[in-house]
Amino acid sequence: MEINKELIQKIAQNARLNLTEEEIKEFLPQLKEILEAFSTLDKLNTAKTKPSFQPIEIKNIYQDDISEPSLPQDIALSNTKHKKNGFFQGPKAL
Amino acid sequence: MLAKDFIKKVKDKEISVIKNTEKILKEAKNINKEYSYFNFISEEYALKQAQEIEKSIKQNKAQGSLLGLPISVKDCICTQSIPSSSGSKILENYIPPFNATVIQKCLQEGAIIIGKTSQDEFGFGGFSTNSAFEIPKNPFDKTRATGGSSGGSAGFTQATSLPHISIAESTGGSIVNPSSFCGVYGLCPTYGLISRYGLIDYANSLDKIGPMAKNIEDIELMLNTIKGQDPKDSTSLNQELKKSKIKKIAIIKESLGVDKQIKDLILEKLDSLKIKYNLISLPITQRYGIQTYYLIAMSEASTNLAKLAGLTHGSQLHLKGTFNEYFSEVRSKFLGKEAKRRIILGTFARMSGFRNAYYLKAMKVRTLIINEYKKAFKKYDLLVSPTMPILPPKFSEIEKLTPLQNYMMDILTVGPNLAGLPHSNIPAGFINKLPVGILFIADHLCENNLIEIGKKLK
Repeated sequence: MEINKELIQKIAQNARLNLTEEEIKEFLPQLKEILEAFSTLDKLNTAKTKPSFQPIEIKNIYQDDISEPSLPQDIALSNTKHKKNGFFQGPKAL
Repeated sequence: MLAKDFIKKVKDKEISVIKNTEKILKEAKNINKEYSYFNFISEEYALKQAQEIEKSIKQNKAQGSLLGLPISVKDCICTQSIPSSSGSKILENYIPPFNATVIQKCLQEGAIIIGKTSQDEFGFGGFSTNSAFEIPKNPFDKTRATGGSSGGSAGFTQATSLPHISIAESTGGSIVNPSSFCGVYGLCPTYGLISRYGLIDYANSLDKIGPMAKNIEDIELMLNTIKGQDPKDSTSLNQELKKSKIKKIAIIKESLGVDKQIKDLILEKLDSLKIKYNLISLPITQRYGIQTYYLIAMSEASTNLAKLAGLTHGSQLHLKGTFNEYFSEVRSKFLGKEAKRRIILGTFARMSGFRNAYYLKAMKVRTLIINEYKKAFKKYDLLVSPTMPILPPKFSEIEKLTPLQNYMMDILTVGPNLAGLPHSNIPAGFINKLPVGILFIADHLCENNLIEIGKKLK
């Protein structure tokens, strides 16, 4: 699999990152080297192996359906300067 | 002085909490000028806490297993009204409106938070050099690294002259690695034993919070304080720790290919235990651990960091353009180089067309690695290796490493982290005046084996 400038730009777009030309130039050989090393996993036969999405068996915890006090609106908004009428304010959707 | 002895003296009114807090804050500020172990020293907060605790002691109302004890907290753990940046510009000046569960537990037991310790951005590194802020320096040699990513926690734990415990965090070795390089004890628990609620996450299926201290008794004290199921963390375990049992120990054969001086010191230390040990081979873990770990960690990190977009919290810019344009601008400006590299790799590994070959493959190899450890623990109660393959490196040496060479430094620590196994660093001695650590790995929920071996090796 060939990692090239176009693919990095596509990945960056998916990841919501604007990479500079310098960053792409720096990352390209590094990513090639890293992915080549990661590709050695191909040597292992895992056809009959199930994936472990967690390292230990975990049982779901169900909480009682009881309403509890939530963060007051002013506290919830305390870490943003983008707010209006008690709501978060975002950029244009369209 | 052990933390428990300090706490007894506090309860007996032999030590003033206010005076002790003033003393450690002064020491922390002085040390920080040269060594950069803190991103933020919470002086005002700590002194207010100390005054309240001293008042309750005078009224004979004071209680708590950590009464008056100063603690430092890794910057990625949320502390209400104290900045929590996770070592990143994108969260610079973020002040959480809530406490992580571990912090809430420490506060309920009377601990005093003196500050937030320096780290690699979001935990992305093994030397704490990937921080957006000041880089912590090794307490034994300022030209060398503390290790990472919990470098500030380990450095200050070694450097302070006063009773203190640090709350650190590990994803692929970030507790034991800096503990080894700074010559302190560090314990990374079974995945899920300690709540992750309030941890600024790196990789959800790998992150664990754990203590660092100057002695094993303090580790035991903090572990017992902060463990336990938490309704706020659906991955936390509702299981008790198993009783200690150490009959058979095995050294991981592949780990002995490290620097000969390190190998000899580890073997000498083990011989002093007078417990018979065998050699065991873990070929899949040693050959494929790094690749598996980084594919999983980067994939999970790339989704976790998606929430950092300059809207509800963290660094922000003037609102302009569309959603995507604004978010991309904020993330590109404030995320560091290693964070970008890992986001790119993690996004790639999860992309349609590549997901099965990278992300899913790594999850399957993780199963093989877990099975390899589980088979070993049918025969042995503890597995042993050096914690790090090298002595603490100089900053000038780290600069020359490629990203892949950086990742390879985690070769001995990613295995237990992938399998969610408890493991600890125990100081083994010194080579050329630099600390060397020994890594013990136990089966799930067998933290008591790690505590017992720590006490035996004192």
